[in-house]
Amino acid sequence: MFRNQYDTDVTTWSPTGRLFQVEYAMEAVKQGSAAVGLRSRSHVVLASVNKAQSELSSHQRKIFKVDDHIGVAIAGLTADGRVLSRYMRSESINHSFTYESPLPVGRLVVRLADKAQVCTQRSWKRPYGVGLLVGGLDESGAHLYYNCPSGNYFEYEAFAIGSRSQAAKTYLERRFESFKESSREDLIKDAILAIRETLQGETLKSSLCTVSVLGVDEPFHFLDQESIQKVIDTFEKVAEEEEDGGEAQAEADAPVEQGGAGDQDVAPMEM
Amino acid sequence: MTFTIPIDNGDALKNAEADSQRTLYPYVTGTSIVAIKYKDGVLMASDMGGSYGSTLRYKNIERMKAIGKHSLLGASGEISDFQEILRYLDELVLNDNMWDDGNSLGPKEVHNYLTRVMYNRRNKFNPLWNTLVLGGVKNGESYLGMVSMIGVSFEDNHVATGFGNHLARPILRDEWHADLSFEEGVKLLEKCMRVLLYRDRSAINKLQIAKITEEGVTVSQPYSLKTFWEFKAFNNPTAGAEGSW
Repeated sequence: MFRNQYDTDVTTWSPTGRLFQVEYAMEAVKQGSAAVGLRSRSHVVLASVNKAQSELSSHQRKIFKVDDHIGVAIAGLTADGRVLSRYMRSESINHSFTYESPLPVGRLVVRLADKAQVCTQRSWKRPYGVGLLVGGLDESGAHLYYNCPSGNYFEYEAFAIGSRSQAAKTYLERRFESFKESSREDLIKDAILAIRETLQGETLKSSLCTVSVLGVDEPFHFLDQESIQKVIDTFEKVAEEEEDGGEAQAEADAPVEQGGAGDQDVAPMEM
Repeated sequence: MTFTIPIDNGDALKNAEADSQRTLYPYVTGTSIVAIKYKDGVLMASDMGGSYGSTLRYKNIERMKAIGKHSLLGASGEISDFQEILRYLDELVLNDNMWDDGNSLGPKEVHNYLTRVMYNRRNKFNPLWNTLVLGGVKNGESYLGMVSMIGVSFEDNHVATGFGNHLARPILRDEWHADLSFEEGVKLLEKCMRVLLYRDRSAINKLQIAKITEEGVTVSQPYSLKTFWEFKAFNNPTAGAEGSW
């Protein structure tokens, strides 16, 4: 995209009917580190790549718990993402307080989208520079949505956002038809594999990614380093075995554990 | 055509004239509601009377109404406040339906919403003068709860308001059990309503029974209970003890 005379104001249309400021905001999403989301009938998995400013600093938090039944992964301006997460938490908890019942994720997503739209139609505001993958439950099961700075939202079987997300999307496109009926463990494995695609050859280590799960009978929570590493080991091992001549995969569906202590190389703010 | 401009006297707590805008006493009131959970859902009974103080003034007031697809609301106390609550709930259900997304408000959500409304009004010293009974069924689960005008709220297998608390609940405590059939439930409610009819002076002999199941709400046509006044003790009631009683 090149600079043009219609891109200064969010409230200026271009002659071809585009709002360039909104499109530039969507570019900001593409610059952030990758995040992927997948869902089955009963579970949603959100995973992200841990990017740190430098070796000295901790990595940025990209996945947030909104409620027991809703989580969000962001890509783009993390500060904007944090603010929107706080809004989502607020909406969710207010609904819970009044109705003693979880806010259906579809309704939260619409409110979020309407909030984003406001910023595309006020001259004194700017669009939020963050894309949100919202995973959550409602009466009909598990859902995954993508909220855009433009104020649009879409429901997905699986999606990836951020830098090098195209590689993850290609992987997901090949396999998404099986996700609906996937088991929880397979879904987690596919999420980590999708993240691996975005690393372009870099070795996949559990310290490089954050994985979170929520399900119909499972409140939102993060997987610990050990559990993630175990899943990584199953397919890294397969790669080795294939080099040795293709034995059957021994631990393809090893259940992933939750809870427990992290490793020593975990940054202090990592979940 | 004339219409009055509503007078806004300001803060209902600090301004003396504004006092006339707060609820101080009830005027037209409904008496007890009795409700029980049964095998297929919830049964609720109420009479159709609206008292104006000690006068049994209105005889055709429906004090039970369906709310959305899954709930039934019964009210005792000030009838105009009940109508106000129905307007709030109408708006709530309307907005819920407008989402058109497969999610709907169940009885638990409505009960908690009403609890918030009643409690907040009580905190402003401007209560809705009702005791509400909220029953319903959603996804096979029965729900029955109550909210009072001061925001006291709870769920139970059987509830009653007003005089029903004193006259009906002892009967229910003895005779209610899980998985009552429809006929058993109706008989039990009629037993309670008969006692109330004999002993509650604001009760009238014209009642409705409402049923809510997974399929929906049905409110019966009004009917009356058979009563018996020929007990020997009613003849010469003061025979045993002279007095002004």
